[in-house]
Amino acid sequence: MGKAKVKRASTSIDMTAMCDVSFLLLTFFVLTATARQPEALTVDTPASTTKDKLPDSNVGMITIGDGGKVFFGTTDQQVRVKALERMSAKYGIGFSQEDYDHFKLMENFGVPMSKLKGLLALDGSKRTEKGVQTGIPIDSTENTSNELYYWVQNTRLAAEEVNKEKESSDKNFVHPGPLKIAIKADANEKYPSVNQVIETLRNQKQNKFSFITGMRAEEK
Amino acid sequence: MAELNQDSGKKGKGGKVRSKKNGGKVDLTAMVDLAFLLITFFMLTTSLNKPQAMDVAMPDKNKVKDEPQPDLLTADNRSLTVLLGSDNKVSVIYGQVKNPIEGPTTVGYGADGIRKVLMEKKAYVPRVAGGKDLIVIIRPSDKSTQRNLVDILDEMKIVDVKRYMIAKISPEEVEVLKRDNIYND
Repeated sequence: MGKAKVKRASTSIDMTAMCDVSFLLLTFFVLTATARQPEALTVDTPASTTKDKLPDSNVGMITIGDGGKVFFGTTDQQVRVKALERMSAKYGIGFSQEDYDHFKLMENFGVPMSKLKGLLALDGSKRTEKGVQTGIPIDSTENTSNELYYWVQNTRLAAEEVNKEKESSDKNFVHPGPLKIAIKADANEKYPSVNQVIETLRNQKQNKFSFITGMRAEEK
Repeated sequence: MAELNQDSGKKGKGGKVRSKKNGGKVDLTAMVDLAFLLITFFMLTTSLNKPQAMDVAMPDKNKVKDEPQPDLLTADNRSLTVLLGSDNKVSVIYGQVKNPIEGPTTVGYGADGIRKVLMEKKAYVPRVAGGKDLIVIIRPSDKSTQRNLVDILDEMKIVDVKRYMIAKISPEEVEVLKRDNIYND
């Protein structure tokens, strides 16, 4: 009797199907991922054990960092345009159609109204350069010198207007309620600058807001 | 594993041109590896990107300037005042600031510091106040940071204190912090 020969099975598997599936998934994730725009002001938020996530839309975000610089931004593009229209009327500064188009795509910004036109004229990459954006003027009053007060107020009004419009034109649209205000402050930011923002919100009876925090594992 | 069979073309002079028939097999392992790596990357960045939101509610502001804001009166044996100082330290006062039942004690944040005090008081207060629960008044000083504020609000959630508020600090309370040397830049 001869030796029984062990037949070696081939180790290579047909990868075609696996490759198809993985690339399908890859395509899906690439398309659903929202491209992160470079932030005008990078802040390191403190960590908390909160599990609530910030909604994707209908949020007005106030960023505080770099020694009290205040930046503001909204999630919805339509609201941005409407808010700028209102601000333009309030401060008597006109903007061209091109300015509106640029503003629509701006995630957040931090310049006084008088310098906004200059900022919008800049290239996208130049806007985030250091020293270009110095923060939105803020103080403890309710005058026009407290520009953050009017940005928040007009954005809230604009959001309401846009949501109402959508509700009347689209039957499936559910009104998400009033604009949510979130404060994203640097962990090492001193309390007075945070307090000034909180007081500005309280002055327009925006008594509810959220602090943006990072994630932390729950301690025992 | 890797094999890529190519037609080697003519071999020698005058030989017959042979075309191999099974030339279409490419090893896809590396490609699949890469695809899965990218999938993992995009999956993690999309879901972990969303920031957490900690909801805060402030009391309505009394905007009439001539009328001074009435100091909210809370029962002495129910109120715990937490003064946020510098250097990641807090000063805890049980009862009134001018006439404290306990304190002021300086503690740190975290499980061994403020949480211990809060837990203890949360259990203690209903016994002395006839079943009513603890009220925590958070007073951040000008030297405290946003991290301190978020930390203390987080402690409220962890310890499950139902009643708490953020209020303005008074000059006397700043004195307390100065005395305990936690009011530095």
